[in-house]
Order: sequence, then structure tokens, then C-alpha cells
Amino acid sequence: MPLKDIASFKISRLEILDEQGQVDKDLEPDLSKDELLELYRHMVWARVTDERMLKLQRQGRIGTFGPSTGQEAAHIAPMFAATDKDWFVGAFREHGARLMRGEKLLRHLVYYNGFEEGNVNAPDSSQRNLPVSVIVGAQPLHAVGLAYAMRMKGEPETAALAFMGDGATSEGDFHEALNFAAVWNLPVVFVVQNNQWAISVPRSKQTKAATFAQKAVAYEMPGIQVDGNDVLAMYEATREALERGRSGGGPTLIEAVTYRLMMHTTADDQYKYRSKEEEEVWWKRDPLVRFRKYLEEKGFWDDAAQASLDEELKARMDEQVAAFEAQTDFPPETPFDHVFGTRHDVIEEQKAAFLDELRKEAGDA
Amino acid sequence: MPKLNMVQAINLALDEAMAADENVLVLGEDVGVDGGVFRVTDGLHAKYGEARVIDTPLAESGIIGTSIGMAMAGLRPVGEMQFSGFSYLMIPQLEGHAARMRSRTQGQFTVPLVMRLPYGGGVRALEHHSESREVYYAHTPGVKVVIPSGPRNARALMRAAIDDPDPVVYMEPKRSYRAFKEEVPESNEPVEIGKAEIVQEGTDITVVAWGAMMHTTKKAVAEVESARGASVELIDLLTISPLDGNAIADSVRKTGRLAIVQEAPRSFGAASEIIAVVNDKALMYLEASVQRVTGYDVVTPYFGRELHYMPTVGRARRGIEQALDF
Repeated sequence: MPLKDIASFKISRLEILDEQGQVDKDLEPDLSKDELLELYRHMVWARVTDERMLKLQRQGRIGTFGPSTGQEAAHIAPMFAATDKDWFVGAFREHGARLMRGEKLLRHLVYYNGFEEGNVNAPDSSQRNLPVSVIVGAQPLHAVGLAYAMRMKGEPETAALAFMGDGATSEGDFHEALNFAAVWNLPVVFVVQNNQWAISVPRSKQTKAATFAQKAVAYEMPGIQVDGNDVLAMYEATREALERGRSGGGPTLIEAVTYRLMMHTTADDQYKYRSKEEEEVWWKRDPLVRFRKYLEEKGFWDDAAQASLDEELKARMDEQVAAFEAQTDFPPETPFDHVFGTRHDVIEEQKAAFLDELRKEAGDA
Repeated sequence: MPKLNMVQAINLALDEAMAADENVLVLGEDVGVDGGVFRVTDGLHAKYGEARVIDTPLAESGIIGTSIGMAMAGLRPVGEMQFSGFSYLMIPQLEGHAARMRSRTQGQFTVPLVMRLPYGGGVRALEHHSESREVYYAHTPGVKVVIPSGPRNARALMRAAIDDPDPVVYMEPKRSYRAFKEEVPESNEPVEIGKAEIVQEGTDITVVAWGAMMHTTKKAVAEVESARGASVELIDLLTISPLDGNAIADSVRKTGRLAIVQEAPRSFGAASEIIAVVNDKALMYLEASVQRVTGYDVVTPYFGRELHYMPTVGRARRGIEQALDF
């Protein structure tokens, strides 16, 4: 008997705002002037904090961190399309989205200076932000569990947005997350920030697939490739995915095609494995530049507005950095208080011994 | 004899093994063009090509799982887990297959692979980059676990690990990677996995350490010797499993006292096992309770606090003194 075709697929790519800032009017999302300007501010704030943190790291005032410069549209726009009730489940290169979600820069500085206090949401907040996940590809499964719990708890319209990189798609957990989300038909949006490099490993060595978006096909969920440096396309793709998920349409996989303009982390030297010329090509696709052009074209933005924003953000940053440097209250014994939620002699005895050793160390010095 | 740091010494061992046997290959995340995030495999990609120095997709289970297949078919894979904190994703394959293939098939299929795990604290790194979890692997029958303490034994142990007929977890103390250099002989000095090394002989007390703690412990021993003229027998464990209990017991029979310095959390650590072995083999020779200087049973704190949680020279010295003064 002849072979019959029983399944086929196609993957679409969404672009709305091109590199020159020209918009496709038919696809332009319905965002007000205020909303557009707010979104732009969050992106600029992410960029300038990235630059300052890089300086602080080089001065030894914070430790290793992974800059997100170039990827602002890919992670900020999706969370802009979400609500505060939706869950943000990040990896480690979404600090712009985190800041937009109410995490203070001060917190990030504390985190990158080596203190768990930097992971703690404000005590009075109902922030639905999970902490940084350094283990690559682990967190998408958590997003699936969160969405399941929301449905059980009477919030079936609440979604979870999970972020990961191109490298994460090679981990088993990534595939398990997609499969569980589809089988359970949950409102989860998986955003793969395909920034072309997993440290030194190029996209071409990470997967043979023509797109990351098509990995959705095997799990029977919509997958779409989006110009990840196009803030309007990222917003629109996520809005649509959320709408579908909230109305019972299940999960979506969004591949954001973007680029890590800086090193993997400050411990990395990217010129060991890629060229400055390659980076130059992507600097021309800078998501901030094209968004600003778009705003200028609409008459919403000009040099004076930019200068005023730059000044305001610099003042805010100086204030946060000063607050960070003034913070010194990090008791050494705190980790003992957070091992378990119940008291146990093993921990208490070790804590006492630890404090005793600290006193002896002080005596030694 | 050239003076090398530990990164260079492991690189030398890999280079030598690859030159000597075309079945030896290296695989992992960023081990090729980048030469590994710590540069341990630097230059090997250029020298041996991408078929033998493989930049894998980002999947720890994939790295060890494919290594198991390679090893069963006659290759000698040396895989890298970028940081030991990511190595837990290899446990299902290690525990489920690498460790037991020999037993399962009564020796018909064997898995001579090496997994390299940079581990340990003190390098101001992010979460999951600083813990010391050798016992996860040591508790798996069928797996050998080795930890060098310096460039010279790092080279020799890597050569032995690659030659070993069974899976070897080779843990690299990051804090010692570039901390000091040693003379490494031109030709390899064979060492036997499963044997501890008596670094110096002594008669008053036995002190055992491994990995980055050897460096700390040596300083503590020197302080005790100069402060009170004690004669210390210092043992570098080198292999965590199978443990060289006889070397330790023999030493304790001579000295009657024992102190152990361990970076890992206190409970269920290698130090506990050493005490159990001494209890089995040399209890009646002990003149003092054994002193353990260890990490604590807390989740490894971020780097802002980590140094408080690692045994210091002072803590190691006080532990040794307590055993002496008991």
C-alpha cells in the first residue's frame, strides 16, 4: 500500500516593526501612547542598568552576571502583555522584565553581590515572580505546575510565562514541560529567547531543526517564530498566546529570534568563539533603536524627551546603587534559619557551633 | 620538570591520553572552540579536531548517556559537567546504567568513562557553582570517585581515570585550579585509584583531607607543628570511593589520633565514613575521639557568605589541636 501523508506542519514568522522602525499598519498592536511610552521606559531602564552593572562588576563591586543587552524586546514585551496575576518564570537573562515586574534594582545588586536577600520579593507584595533559575531548562516545568495549581485554585484564566534560552531546548526538562503543558491543556507561554549562542555553542550545533518554534509541533501546540528584537511583534505574539491560553486553548511556544550583544556572563570572553563583525550586524538590529524611531515617527518622542528620561533614570540608578552600598546587614548565620521550615537539633547545634567558630576566627584575626 | 597549575596539568593529561590512544575523546558544553569555561580543554579542539573534541548540545544527561554508549563500544570518553552543580542531571544515567552495566551483564559490557566535575567553593561564583557533593557519587556502587589536590596528582589521577576499566567521577577543586603551581614530571607517574597518599609521615596524630581542603590543611598542620612541635602524619585521600580505609587505619594504629577536614556538609560525608572505617579497623588504638572539621548542613550560601561556611586554616588547626589535647 502506498505511504499516506498523515501529518504536516508549517511555521510562521511574525514581524511588525522593521529595523528602520517602519511599522506594518495591518499588524500594529492596539497600544495607547501611554502604554507605548511605558514599555519604552522599561526597555531603556533595562539597558542602562545593564550598562551600570557591567561597570560595577568590572570595579569588583558586584560578582558575575549575565547582561541582557539586545534582548530587551524579547523578554520585556511578553511580560508587558501579561498581567500582575500571571506568573513570571525566568531563567537568568530577563532582568528587564524583573524590574518591570516590581523588583528593585537594589535587589538585583544584592543578588549579584552574593546574597540570597536579593531573591526576596517585598514582604507586602503579591509578586508572582519566581527567582532566577541558573540550572538551564529546569524552570519551564515549574511554570506548568503553577498554571495547573491556578486552575485548581479557581484562577483558570491565570497564565504562566516561562523564559529560557536556545540552549535550554536541548535539555530533557524542556521537552517534558512542553508535553505536560499540552497534555494538561494549560495556559502556559513558553518563550525561547534564541540569542544564537549558548555560551560558545552556536545555534547550528544546538539543533538541526530549522526553527525552535517547530519544536511545538510534536507536542500539538501552536509554535511561532517572532523577530525577537521587534517589541511590537513580541507583544502581539504573546497577547495572542495569552488570549488563547486563557480561553482554554492550551500552551504556546514562542521563539524570539534575538541576539546576546554582550558576553555570556562577565566571566566569559565572547571573542574566543565569535567575531566583532558578527556583533556589529546585530547592533544594527538593536530593539531600542527601532522602537524609538517608531515612537518618533508617531510624534510621541524626541531628543528632549530622551534627555529628560536619561537624566531621570540616572538619578534613580544612583539612588539605588547608593542604597546598595549602604546595605551591610547580612548576618553570617542567616542560612541556618532557612534550611527547613521546622526546627531540628542538627541545625541548631551546628548553628551554635558555627557562631562559636566565628568568635574564635575573630579572636584569631 | 615544568611548573604547572592544576588547569594546565589536567590539560596535559588529556593531551597525553589523546595522543597515546585515538579512542580517547572529550565531550561537553563549551569544551571545544572555547576550551571549556575554565580552559581545561584549551587547545585540544585545534589539535585533535571536532570528532574527538565535541561541543555537545546543552544536556548533561545527553553527555553521559552517549558516553555510556561510546564506552561500551570501545571508546574512552572524557565528559565534562560544566559545574558539578549541573551534574545532578547526569545521575539517572550514572546510577541507572554506567554504574551497573558491568554487574548487570557480569562483565560482558563495561563502561570505562570519565566524568569531570569542577566543584567546590571559594571562587565568588553564582548559585550551583560552589558546592561539594562527592558523596552523591561515592554512594553509588560501581562508580569510582577521585579528587586531586594539586597539579601533580591531578595529572597522574586523570591518566589513571582514563585507563580505568570502570566509570570514574573526577572532581576538580576549582579553588585550586590556579591557586598554585607544582613541578609536574615530564613522563607520567602512575598512581593507583583507590589508594590514599601519605603526604608526610608523623607519630602524634593522623590528619586526613582531600581536594581544596588539602591546601588549607597543610597550612594548619604547619601551624600545629611549629606552635607545639607535634609530629603530624598527613594523608591525602585522593580517592573518595573505593576508600583506602587500610591506609588510614594503619596510620591511626601508629598515631592513636585522627582529625579530618572536609569541605562538604557535615552529615553523611566522607569524614563520617572514615570514622566508621576506623571504628571497624582500629578502634582500640584511638586515644581521642576523632575530630571532624567540615562544612555545615545548609544549602551552600551565595558567595557573600560562603567563606564563613568553608573550613578555614584556623578551624582546621583547632580541630587538630582538639584531637591532640583530648
